[in-house]
Amino acid sequence: MKTPTEWYLIVSALLFTIGTVGVLVRRNALVIFMSIELQLNAVNLTLVAFSRQWGNLVGQVLAFFSMTVAAAEVVVGLAIIVALYRKRGTANVDDANLLRW
Amino acid sequence: MGLIPYVPLIPLAAAVILLLTGKLWRGRSAGWLATAAIAASFALAVALLVKLDAMPAAHRELAHHVYEWITVGTFTVGVTFQADPLSIVMALTVTGIGSLIFLYSIGYMDGDERFPRYFAYLSLFVFFMLTLVLADNFLLLYVGWEGVGLCSYLLIGFWFERASAANAAKKAFIVTRIGDAAFLIGIVLVWTHFHTLEFAAVFAGAGSTAFTTRSATVIALLFLAGAAGKSAQLPLHTWLPDAMEGPTPVSALIHAATMVTAGVYLIVRSLPIIERSPDAMTTIAILGVVTSIYAGFSAIGQDDIKRVLAYSTISQVGLMIFAAGLGDPSAAIFLLVAHAFFKALLFLSAGSVIHGLHDEQDMMRMGGLRKAMPFTAVAWIIGALAIAGVPPLSGFFAKDEAVAAAGLLGRDGLWICGLIASFLTAVYMGRATFMVFFGAPRYEGEPHEPAPVMRVPMGVLAFGTLFAGLLGVSPTTGILPTYLGAPVFPSNAPSEFVLDTIAVVLALLGLGLAWFAYGSGRIDWVALRVRFAWVKRPLQRGLYVDDAYGLVLGDGGKLAAAALAAFDRSWVDGLVGLVAHATESLASVGRRLQTGLVRTYAAAFLLGAVCVLWFLVLRAT
Amino acid sequence: MGILILFWATATVAVASAIAMLFMRNAVHSALMLIVNFFCIAVFFLMLGSQFLFVVQIIVYAGAIMVLFLFVIMLLGVDPQERLRERIPGQRWVALLLGAGLVAEIVVAVRLGLGLSSGHAARLAALNRGGNVRALAGVLFNRYFFPFEVTSVLLIVAAVGVVLLGRRQAGDASARSGASSGATGTGPAQVMPGPGSEPGGDLERVP
Repeated sequence: MKTPTEWYLIVSALLFTIGTVGVLVRRNALVIFMSIELQLNAVNLTLVAFSRQWGNLVGQVLAFFSMTVAAAEVVVGLAIIVALYRKRGTANVDDANLLRW
Repeated sequence: MGLIPYVPLIPLAAAVILLLTGKLWRGRSAGWLATAAIAASFALAVALLVKLDAMPAAHRELAHHVYEWITVGTFTVGVTFQADPLSIVMALTVTGIGSLIFLYSIGYMDGDERFPRYFAYLSLFVFFMLTLVLADNFLLLYVGWEGVGLCSYLLIGFWFERASAANAAKKAFIVTRIGDAAFLIGIVLVWTHFHTLEFAAVFAGAGSTAFTTRSATVIALLFLAGAAGKSAQLPLHTWLPDAMEGPTPVSALIHAATMVTAGVYLIVRSLPIIERSPDAMTTIAILGVVTSIYAGFSAIGQDDIKRVLAYSTISQVGLMIFAAGLGDPSAAIFLLVAHAFFKALLFLSAGSVIHGLHDEQDMMRMGGLRKAMPFTAVAWIIGALAIAGVPPLSGFFAKDEAVAAAGLLGRDGLWICGLIASFLTAVYMGRATFMVFFGAPRYEGEPHEPAPVMRVPMGVLAFGTLFAGLLGVSPTTGILPTYLGAPVFPSNAPSEFVLDTIAVVLALLGLGLAWFAYGSGRIDWVALRVRFAWVKRPLQRGLYVDDAYGLVLGDGGKLAAAALAAFDRSWVDGLVGLVAHATESLASVGRRLQTGLVRTYAAAFLLGAVCVLWFLVLRAT
Repeated sequence: MGILILFWATATVAVASAIAMLFMRNAVHSALMLIVNFFCIAVFFLMLGSQFLFVVQIIVYAGAIMVLFLFVIMLLGVDPQERLRERIPGQRWVALLLGAGLVAEIVVAVRLGLGLSSGHAARLAALNRGGNVRALAGVLFNRYFFPFEVTSVLLIVAAVGVVLLGRRQAGDASARSGASSGATGTGPAQVMPGPGSEPGGDLERVP
């Protein structure tokens, strides 16, 4: 008796949504970034679930690559946040509103 | 035949020379050049007359084609001059009277700083007038028509330093323009119907039944409008009294003898078309006689000696048009020629008076001048008697032939109107004569007779005035009528003798009335003027026609312009402003989308993504 | 049976920790909650028959990325308490609404069985004979070799970029305030990572 794939998909959807809401609601740049990572993980979960569903390893390979790229992305993103923080003295996303009307 | 083009071209050459090299001509030599040019034209015209006379009556026509002016598809117009009895008579009048006036001008304008230019303009005018009368097609006639209008403007405003002169020139041009526009439309209609503008072809086709009475009426009335403008008839007459701002010889030539008669020439020339419409003919006759009466009354109220003569011209030209409208072209032309003589004489005499009194034109400051200027007085009186219609002067024959034509045709209403006009002529001329030359002197200074160069033309004109009547002693058998084509009167017409007697009686009555009021000393006419100022004032203002135009068109135009400007400011500018304002309002609402905050942008992304996903999901169900 | 219980337990913890991450005021607390979440996902991978990813998830995500996050949080000295008041009107409602809509959509899609054909779990078990690592390697280095190499280039580029971004500029606020930062050097010269990096190997050296 294996767990149905749909369950994994629903869990993944919940996690993805929580990550999205986090991006919209939180003001700290770092926490927003963490929410994005949550989203990525939810997608990885979906990929691996489908890999089992269809009985090939493509999903796992994709998840693997996704992880790699996510790592690189985190590195660069954090470097940017650090540089921004150094320039402006704040990690609050709302303070970067120079393109306001 | 090769002579014909030279008639207009010699004055043109003089004009061009004087325009280009005016300053090189010292003293009065420019005047002598111009006079020689027009005298040469006169000589050529006489030669052409002789040539024509030698030809059989039915074929009296010479033409000379100079060059093909316009060829556009089927529309061709050539520069061709023709000489037939009508045009030769006109040409002789223009060049003959013109030569005398040129001679007079040499003395009158002596010392003027723009002496050569004056003669250049005068010569140019003669060229255009000759083009007008010698043209063989409507378009060339129109060229001359416009050209004389231009020269009239230049000459009326010759002393342009005076604002009144400049305004008078503009007024003349603009008012005649209205008539010119109507005339041009008439020409276009002629072409529409006949597909040619040459007189011969047009008049030949005018007789056909394909040319309806309606079309003829329209064209005739348009031509009448043009003639009314150029010949200063109601309602386009207001420019002529003001045109007296120009030098007196100009008034004599252009506004008495030649240009104002161009309208009469046009109507007489176009009679084959106009006769097709009896309604138009009657309209023309009525307009002529009504104008004549109106101008006669207005002349009684004038104090400026030249304005009396101006209204007199309007009145006499009205009688010419009256005669043309009755279908008696020879009477019209005879009056035209005779009028040229005596009106020019009257103007030159007036110029002599003005010159002698050092530019005084107000008749209230003249009086008793016959003692100081006897020669001028005699010349004037000859002209005055002629215009009043006293036999055996030319005016009697000419004017009364025109009026009698109505009676002979049995149109008694028009005949009586013509008699009224004649009576008024005698009254106002008598008044002017007695005010200026008789009674106690009211002038200042020592008036003297003009120089010989001015007296010679006056003398020649006086001679002509006395004897020009010989040209048309009888409307049916006189020289001029038979030359131009005499009308046929119905056999039950009253006898000419009776009609003429009535006219003479009226003329003497008019003169007697004027003598009684102004010359006899029995009436204190100075006091009467004050007492009857409420009558005199409207007459002097020409029954306020000109003032009405100024009010309706001038002030009315300014009012309309102000209204339009207000409309433009409030509505049109407001509309533009509204667009700008709406854009601004819209933009100020729309810009709130640009919050600059990443999180709102992220929310927008999410919204879009959710919508797309929903669309895909729903599509798959 | 046991696996179902495991599934439900793990799922609950995963979702709970995610929500907790959302609600924590302190950034460090959020990071810690996220680490718990990652562990749960690792368990999910295990349950789905991917042992390799289970381990990699823990090592890379929980072990490297989150550590990096914590480093930066503590480096920046971020204000520990984020303000509670939301300054953009309606933002929270919009987020909740759209979030609910998103979940609803995906649930609907899943329920409709979109993209789900009959399962072949058995095949996966057959594939995993000899170990998941061997099977994965067989696919990765044969069929997906080119993307694999490109990924390594990506990592190098990321490293270079980070080094450049990490340099101190003249107008830096923290430079002006003189805040000390232990891990970063003040000079422009940085130690460049060596060539031929393996995936994930460079992360320790980045400041």
